[in-house]
Amino acid sequence: MNLTLAIISVLILGSAAVAVSLRNLIHSALLLIASWAGVAVFYLWAGAEFVAFAQLLVYVGAISMIVLFAVLLTRHSRSELTVAAPALSRAIAAILAGGAVFCVLASAVLKTDFAARPAAAVPPTITVRELGTQLMLSHSAAVLVVGVLLTVALLGAIVLAASDDSKKGDAP
Amino acid sequence: MSGAVILHVAANVSEWTSRHHSLTFAAAPETSWLERAPLLARDALTGLLPESLRWFANSLIGIGVILGAFGLLFAYLTLAERKILGRIQNRPGPNRTGWFGLLQPFADAVKALTKEDIVPHAADHVLHFLAPVVLVALSLMGFAVIPFGRELIAVELDAAVLYFFAAGAATELAVFMAGWASHNKYSLLAAMRALAQLISYELPLLLSFVPVVTLAGTLSTTQIVAAQAGWTAGFIPHWYVLTPWGLAGFLIFMVAALAESNRSPFDLPEAESELIAGHLTEYSGFKYALFFMAEYFGMCALSAMAVTLFLGGWQAPCAFLEWIPSYAWFAIKLLTLLLGFIWIRATLPRLRMDQLTRLAWKFLVPLALINLGNAAFWSLTASWTGPLQLARWAIALLVVIGPFVVLGRTLSTGVGPRTYRYAT
Repeated sequence: MNLTLAIISVLILGSAAVAVSLRNLIHSALLLIASWAGVAVFYLWAGAEFVAFAQLLVYVGAISMIVLFAVLLTRHSRSELTVAAPALSRAIAAILAGGAVFCVLASAVLKTDFAARPAAAVPPTITVRELGTQLMLSHSAAVLVVGVLLTVALLGAIVLAASDDSKKGDAP
Repeated sequence: MSGAVILHVAANVSEWTSRHHSLTFAAAPETSWLERAPLLARDALTGLLPESLRWFANSLIGIGVILGAFGLLFAYLTLAERKILGRIQNRPGPNRTGWFGLLQPFADAVKALTKEDIVPHAADHVLHFLAPVVLVALSLMGFAVIPFGRELIAVELDAAVLYFFAAGAATELAVFMAGWASHNKYSLLAAMRALAQLISYELPLLLSFVPVVTLAGTLSTTQIVAAQAGWTAGFIPHWYVLTPWGLAGFLIFMVAALAESNRSPFDLPEAESELIAGHLTEYSGFKYALFFMAEYFGMCALSAMAVTLFLGGWQAPCAFLEWIPSYAWFAIKLLTLLLGFIWIRATLPRLRMDQLTRLAWKFLVPLALINLGNAAFWSLTASWTGPLQLARWAIALLVVIGPFVVLGRTLSTGVGPRTYRYAT
């Protein structure tokens, strides 16, 4: 049990660490995708089948494409694909973003009362039907908020992409 | 130490498989000897092993059978394609190797293996090598959850349909890797074009099977097949393709499957004559063959999924034909769909890139969304009987045909037949 977990965490953390240290953006993006796939394997290990496949479908299938397209469409040549030298502003931004994520995760871990629940012999599994009922009834507000957020992001992306065109003027 | 670890992992996996994989071989009393033959043969073989290793051997045999069967199917599908295309174009096709050219696939394999494998000097060697490997591996993963027969399924998952499409969605990554690692701007552009196509058709593909999941109430492939069991009056099967929403879903699924597997008329990503095979330009030898192997595997997997979702899986079409084993019915349906793919390739001209994306976003996606509403109507009116049943069919058919005609007419106005000055 623990050996499997160790292999999975090495896969996730290792690929993420190498992704950060590499200078080639495409290699970093592909390793980041490997890290996401590792998270999916972790969900599978934890018995959350549906979430694991959803993670694969959304992250490895869709978000990876957005990342790769963004990298390729914003760089003009292969020489620009290497990351610039470290700078203070980037370090501060990275620490702020990473620290925020860490705080959220740490508070979630600290709030969970692990001792209160007896360790089950068989890890609990949840069927798709139960998950759907949970999402649509008790967590429907959260689902709606996420939906609105995604719609706003989509509209924002369209606005950003469209405003770029108008700046060029009406030259043919 | 390592032995203890292996035993520990084995215990874990066997516990996992016993939860997920119905290891009950107690077949229903009415199933014939032929029906149980594959499982009996497997059990006879693994019965020689000690009890603790059996689950492992069973899984290995399952993997081996899938690899062997679909490998052979791939080999002979290429031959069938060349023969049928040849006959349609009024030429004999390959007929020199073996009887009627039956050894041609093996000759092709030897040729691909002995060809020089050229890798461009500036290419990203690791990714250039990994792309075909990842593509073949991912396109094989889908077969794990297809119920090939009454009890022939490699892994039984609660979210099997989602697993299948998650594995399929990841193949886009391999296409990108192939295009980028070649260090050739035409390859990269072709990969972007291929990705645009794959992403566009992912949406109708996923939307078209949602009605099936809604009506069957499950994501498990075995239960979806079980939901299509039974006949009306003994000869009209309860397959989803025979309902208005199912027919529409099946057609949308097949068009999207054609595009997802890069088959003609959507074979823009690898059009040999115009686009020098797109993202495959810098590949040669066996790696090039691997890409085509993955394409055929993907085509077979999507067809098998279409059979499972819409054509009743391994169910027999009539009650009195049930004595033919279930896997034979599955094979017949699968081969029919695959021959349909080949027929379409021989008949339809290739689409232009803008026509291709327009078809996906303006035509297939709206139709699939309307079909979702149609399926909701169908499931809400399940209790209608007598004359109301007729009204139910009429309304559902209208919801399928109406938008199809209206959308088709509006989208094709002004596009009209094109006249070519020198070609008339």
